[in-house]
Amino acid sequence: MPSTNHLMLRSAHNAPLEARTTPMQFLLACALLVLGTAGARAQNPDKQSFEVIEHGRYMAIAGDCAACHTAKSGQPFAGGGALQTPFGTLLAPNITPDVETGIGGVTEDEFLDAVRNGIGHGGIHLYPAMPYTYYTKMTREDVIAIRAYLDTVQPVRNEVHANQLPFPFNQRETMLGWNELYFTPGEFKPEPSKSAEWNRGAYIVEGVEHCGLCHTPKNVMGGDENSRAMQGSVLQNWYAPNMTGERRAGIGDWTVEDITLYLKTGRNRYDIASGPMADAVYHSTSHLTDADLRAIAVYLKDLPPGGGVAPQPVSAQDPAMQEGQAIYNNQCAACHTVAGEGIVGLFPRLNGAPVVQQAQATSLIRVVLEGSRAVATDGAPTGPAMPSFAWRLSDAEVAAVVTYIRNAWGNAAQPASASEVGNMRQVLHRQAQAP
Amino acid sequence: MATKLPATDIVIIGLGWTGSIIAESMTKVGVNVVAIERGPWRDTATDFPPTYSPDELRYAVRHDLFVRPAQTTLTFRNNIRQTALPIRTWGAFLLPNGVGGAGVHWNAQTWRFLPTDFVLKTHLTQRYGAKFLPPDMTIQDWGVTYDELEPHLDTFEYLCGTSGTAGNLKGQKQPFGNPFEGARSRPYPTPAQKQPYGPVLWAEAAKEMGYSPFPQPSGNLSQAYTNPLGVTMGPCTYCGFCERFGCGNYSKASPQTTLLPVLMRRSNFEARTECEVTRINLDNTGKRATGVTYVDTQGREWEQPAEMVFLCAFQMFNVQLLLLSRIGQPYDVNTGQGVIGRNFSYQVTSSVESFFDNKIFNTFIASGAIGMCIDDFNGDNFDHGPYGFVGGGYMGMVQPNARPIEATPTPPGTPQWGAAWKKAVKDNYLSTILPAVHGSCYSYRDCYLDLDPTYKDRFGRPLMRLTFDFHENELKMSQFLTDRLAEIVQRMGPRQIVKLPRTGHFNIVPYQTTHTCGGAIMGTDPKTSALNRYLQSWDVHNLFVTGATNFPQNAGYNPTGTIGALTYWMLDAVHKQYLKSPGPMEHT
Repeated sequence: MPSTNHLMLRSAHNAPLEARTTPMQFLLACALLVLGTAGARAQNPDKQSFEVIEHGRYMAIAGDCAACHTAKSGQPFAGGGALQTPFGTLLAPNITPDVETGIGGVTEDEFLDAVRNGIGHGGIHLYPAMPYTYYTKMTREDVIAIRAYLDTVQPVRNEVHANQLPFPFNQRETMLGWNELYFTPGEFKPEPSKSAEWNRGAYIVEGVEHCGLCHTPKNVMGGDENSRAMQGSVLQNWYAPNMTGERRAGIGDWTVEDITLYLKTGRNRYDIASGPMADAVYHSTSHLTDADLRAIAVYLKDLPPGGGVAPQPVSAQDPAMQEGQAIYNNQCAACHTVAGEGIVGLFPRLNGAPVVQQAQATSLIRVVLEGSRAVATDGAPTGPAMPSFAWRLSDAEVAAVVTYIRNAWGNAAQPASASEVGNMRQVLHRQAQAP
Repeated sequence: MATKLPATDIVIIGLGWTGSIIAESMTKVGVNVVAIERGPWRDTATDFPPTYSPDELRYAVRHDLFVRPAQTTLTFRNNIRQTALPIRTWGAFLLPNGVGGAGVHWNAQTWRFLPTDFVLKTHLTQRYGAKFLPPDMTIQDWGVTYDELEPHLDTFEYLCGTSGTAGNLKGQKQPFGNPFEGARSRPYPTPAQKQPYGPVLWAEAAKEMGYSPFPQPSGNLSQAYTNPLGVTMGPCTYCGFCERFGCGNYSKASPQTTLLPVLMRRSNFEARTECEVTRINLDNTGKRATGVTYVDTQGREWEQPAEMVFLCAFQMFNVQLLLLSRIGQPYDVNTGQGVIGRNFSYQVTSSVESFFDNKIFNTFIASGAIGMCIDDFNGDNFDHGPYGFVGGGYMGMVQPNARPIEATPTPPGTPQWGAAWKKAVKDNYLSTILPAVHGSCYSYRDCYLDLDPTYKDRFGRPLMRLTFDFHENELKMSQFLTDRLAEIVQRMGPRQIVKLPRTGHFNIVPYQTTHTCGGAIMGTDPKTSALNRYLQSWDVHNLFVTGATNFPQNAGYNPTGTIGALTYWMLDAVHKQYLKSPGPMEHT
């Protein structure tokens, strides 16, 4: 971006955004929002500046870098966190400033290339488990700010061999072709017909927060199916739900305030975050500014409904439904209530709830078998949990109660099968055995 | 040899109700707190999930949540002429263990004592004359009044979300509430629980007799509630697995459901579980605590230095630790001098087993604190002049449980086993109720706690020795109250009733109540109390002691509401006075 714009930006930084703006003012405002908080940033930000480092810390939280780059009980950003992909295991590298094993010797341009283009040190291709396919939308300034922040964290000597994939996926050259097919590099371009808030939301959702990494369906090669963006997807044996405006399976009924509250506290009147979303709320979204959360919500509310073609509900006379209802009333109703309405902030609503009407019952089966602990945040510290039912319900019983929950009270979704439950039981057993 | 740890600001001994309240209050102002708990960590979903929490055999019969006598116990005798023996299986009371303390396994009956209860000696003497009281009765005023405690009763109830119907709002009597209660500054945070059939019928009978029935205040919530700390509780499901159980539905007020989620987010709070404090350490003046010594499960001994020590263990273990740490003058039963161990009191409960022919009560629809009560015969709400005793209790049709193993009501004359017993249980299970009295127990010169001369714990420390018996005043009261209760039940038209007042000597074997009180009581005179009115040790100014151990005598109510309020009362003084200028606090 030409430096003259930056001079203008600086002078415009604190000016309130008028409801009526000229196109030029509008573009400036968008660019400003995209740039975020460090208004006085020059082309090459001063990496010693408090503002830049703070901004980088904020962006690193928004990008949830620690989710992968900090291993369980590991040093912050020292890498080693395992990512299970359909193609094998990847270990997240050490991104502390350690010169030999971290990124201390990585130049700024190399860092930018890694984050935004998936090209690592020495020109190697990164795997898109590192969401450069999303981070490519981030501004240079935001990425350099992250680097400025990472330069300040404790250097840790920890050698990580990232590539644990089997042949042929361990051949990084294969990513060249993959990128051709599934990667569209380039910074976020504001949509002039939309509000500044919408654009800020789009920048965060499609870029640094990389929401689609979980919520957008993947093709067999692990590329995003952009025609079905945010319509829900299975990842690591969870089903990341539909986030579009679809009313049955999406979040069409949620208001901007509902979405904002969910991201801030992990709960709203409909749902409580658990599973991987609990981690996302805990480590990332609960720390974002209210303005950014609202921008995310405004953008999400505008996603076109999709992926929610309602199947014919399973008949209440179906034997699985009859059995499921009996199990539900006996085992579930004390907390979730007989009518499936739940208790706000404690026991999620099931009646009409999108999260139980997803295309696949993966998460529901998993939660019944494994139990689940909701996220605890400053705004909602309770952190309630559901116990495991694996020891007291058979595969067929879990399938029946899940089928019931997905088709009672006007809900409609594909039934669950005992074999799906059995498979999930094995997956969870293997995970529990894993070191 | 103890390994000395880095100093902290505050050590809390025991992480039950009062320890959790103190930890929350202190960490909020930035003070570093280490809580040391004898028992295990306990968390709702992990330790009593609804998938197995209603396991009567495990929890009610086999006492899963209570301290194991093998870990620690006490010895008991009725009077000083006897030799006390160790309790090897819990009976009359069930002593808690672990994070949450008795707050995990209580019934959640959340009462306020009467205003006159706090000035008992003065009030009774003024009304009836000193000679009306038995000469060996050692009751005294608390040193704090109801009005002083009211804001703190309110704080505790709003922490818990207590469900109830106010009877006295700012001095205005309210319909359907308890007309005898002290003025409350605002209504209960949540409405009273719904009442089952038996309590409704009982209340109708009581009302017809001119009494004023009201719903029992309950810490098992009538509806979902989010407390001022932001912690959310769910509505009670009336499962009837409360006392002796943890609540898996987040419905029963406990440290787990009200405080710990917030506490665990505070980086200046640390809990060390399965670590038993063996003594409170003093400096060479003996007037200042320097911290505590504790032992972990590996037998390693640690010294934790601290600026302030809060002794928050269960009632009698507080007394034991004071005696073992040589803090305060031990009570001497022969001279009546000394304060540590003085004024042990208990609770005088009784019931009327009531068999009906034509009513199905479904008593399994239950909550630990559900029922209709009257307070007409509590405290000094009635003229004791004609009856020759003091004290009283609430009575009511409370429906805490009807669990399958232990709730097997049979009329007198039924065989104890076999086909006839089974038939009688089957015939009577649904149509029998057990209205009850929760009576006061005043303190006496010969009821006290001291160190046992013979029996020692696993660390070689003397066990606590309890010397206690019922006195004639309490037995008269029990007879009177049980008779009044029976009159109300008779009006309901039972086939048969069995009055079960307390009679004879106190028996340590059958369960009665876990409301043991006293031993390190509060007051305004160091000669008759271990603590000043701010629960501060008269002898060691940076030591505070909490719990029912503070009660000079017990009132005719469950103690937890008062325990919570006293803790907040103490904290108010600590924040306003002690933290600003540490030292013995002045009466303000």
